[in-house]
Amino acid sequence: MKAQTLYEKLWDAHVVSARDDGTCLIYIDRHLIHEVTTPQAFDGLRAAGRTLRRPDLMLAVPDHNVSTTSRITPGNAESAAQLAALDQNCQEFGIEYIPITDIRQGIVHIIGPELGFTLPGLTVVCGDSHTATHGAFGTLAFGIGTSEIEHVFATQTLWLRPSKTLQVIVEGRFGPGVGAKDLALAVTSTLGAGGANGHAIEYAGSAIRALSMEGRMTLCNMAIEAGARTGLVAPDETTFAYLSARPWAPAGALWDEALAYWRTLRSDEGAVFDKVVRIDAGAIPPLVTWGTSPEDVAPITGAVPYPENFAEPSKQAAVRKSLDYMGLLPGTNLAEIAIAHVFIGSCTNSRIEDLREAAAVIRGGRVAASVRQALVVPGSGQVKLQAEAEGLDRVFIEAGFEWREPGCSMCLAMNDDKVPAGERCASTSNRNFVGRQGPGARTHLLSPAMAAAAALTGFLTDVRKLPAQPHLESLLP
Amino acid sequence: MRPFNILSGPATVLPTKNIDTDIILPARYLKVLTRKGLGGVAFQTYRFAPDGRALEDDPFNRPDGVVAPIIIAGENFGCGSSREHASWALDDLGVRAILCPRFADIFSGNAFKNGLLLIELPQNVIDSLIAAGVEDITIDLAAQTVSTPVWGSIFFDIDPFRKTCLLGGLDEIALTERLGAEIAIFEHAQEARAAWIRPRLRQ
Repeated sequence: MKAQTLYEKLWDAHVVSARDDGTCLIYIDRHLIHEVTTPQAFDGLRAAGRTLRRPDLMLAVPDHNVSTTSRITPGNAESAAQLAALDQNCQEFGIEYIPITDIRQGIVHIIGPELGFTLPGLTVVCGDSHTATHGAFGTLAFGIGTSEIEHVFATQTLWLRPSKTLQVIVEGRFGPGVGAKDLALAVTSTLGAGGANGHAIEYAGSAIRALSMEGRMTLCNMAIEAGARTGLVAPDETTFAYLSARPWAPAGALWDEALAYWRTLRSDEGAVFDKVVRIDAGAIPPLVTWGTSPEDVAPITGAVPYPENFAEPSKQAAVRKSLDYMGLLPGTNLAEIAIAHVFIGSCTNSRIEDLREAAAVIRGGRVAASVRQALVVPGSGQVKLQAEAEGLDRVFIEAGFEWREPGCSMCLAMNDDKVPAGERCASTSNRNFVGRQGPGARTHLLSPAMAAAAALTGFLTDVRKLPAQPHLESLLP
Repeated sequence: MRPFNILSGPATVLPTKNIDTDIILPARYLKVLTRKGLGGVAFQTYRFAPDGRALEDDPFNRPDGVVAPIIIAGENFGCGSSREHASWALDDLGVRAILCPRFADIFSGNAFKNGLLLIELPQNVIDSLIAAGVEDITIDLAAQTVSTPVWGSIFFDIDPFRKTCLLGGLDEIALTERLGAEIAIFEHAQEARAAWIRPRLRQ
């Protein structure tokens, strides 16, 4: 039998029907939904007189719009209408729904894995491009649009063409102050924002095996920032240990049966990828973005580049636009850039390990007086509880951070949490696009440790230069 | 879906690489419950200053006041968020076809499902088209050609299934529903092969 990649195994296990041109009808095992991308799909379903084929494979949670200061008020009338629509649609169609008042509520990509709703060997979709997060479990997970949501509602399937495969092999050990987020930024920088278009990425190598599930989720989360709809890590003992006691994970004999199958989910020896990229974990410094594309990455020890440094005219044009928007001059040292806001949160970096990482840098320090707002937004009610049990909330609050309720928050400014126009934010989120954190907002993407360091100094700061010199791997419990 | 046959008209040129769906439609406009009315806020940062004043270099602004039905874009157009609102906004703005060296994957699927024709052509071909003038472009989907009176005509590739759906304005869900029996067979086989897959909440 031909040696297969993990992606090919997952694909083959879900083909319902295949067309001559290679397009396949793929069965969907899990459909996560939230309030923003579904109302029009429910309306379409109703207008055509259709029903949900498999409501039992769905889980709904509000996250994008929710207020992070109150569990009662949704913030504004439009947000309230979307939240009410999700609530009503879930009731009407009989969908498992986690309301905002439920302790399990949180960002959809945090709670899927946390509840064991996400498992290895599945197909998982959600109307959100960061659905690749779930690929950390060795599951075929990808973001879809609203028409595709409606298609899954009605048929539990999608017509897809198989992606090409791209293996990113990461060997070695991360240096001090460097972790999964820096690797994610290194990958987008290496591949480019469109470099993995049409490909599914599989991350492999010793540095990936050494990552926790949280770190793997951070990495897969940003696959789309390189253009890949899907990011994958083969499941292993780390994966199984994470899942073993989760509420929706299979139990008893079903667990054993699942485990036997999950152990087969790895790329075979000799499997051929369309493209292979190698990254040396030890060579990655702490990274930050300087522009308005996630490929605009530089070491914190570096400087803002000149547009002329780039070969392509279309990229030169993009860099000129970016630097104008960002209010940055070429040649400026990144560590001399003052920030006024710090955001620790989002589906990229709001898990317990991220909060531990940031708290370890913060501990005993104070948010710089020049920082106008520093937010910590846990990814779910359970992350929040866990952090409070560990006393992390006190570390943040005593340093001058605001400790908020779970939601997407300042990642995309659909709620009350926004960066004002012209102001600069050190953010652990995934996108530095124009206007992403609010109209005119300027975003620098970085790791939780680096965000914490920026909060303490008021500047983009090399976390390795802070007195504590934290080695992130040694901070893990 | 609205059928697509032949389109003639001018193009808006957006030469920047990596134009993301937040540029096409910022997240703050995602709070709608319908697909309508998003054209007015599409590409807002390209068209309006933060104070709402119209920008002089708005690439969509034409002497006749009508938005061009074609966009010619830099590589990786539509990257970022999966929001289909970006496709709805383009449709509402009056855009029917986009030419680009390479589109972002999720955007590509969304656009197709809303009757937008995406045409991938090499950068050098696009550059020569722009140099020849973009005021009078004709796109013929059945013939798979892009042409102008001065520049001539070039063939483009398109997925045959997408071409059929676009030409006929076909509803993809209705097509898939015809395979309902095959889907049911898959479900039964999967349940027999891997009973653990179905979500069951532990007691």
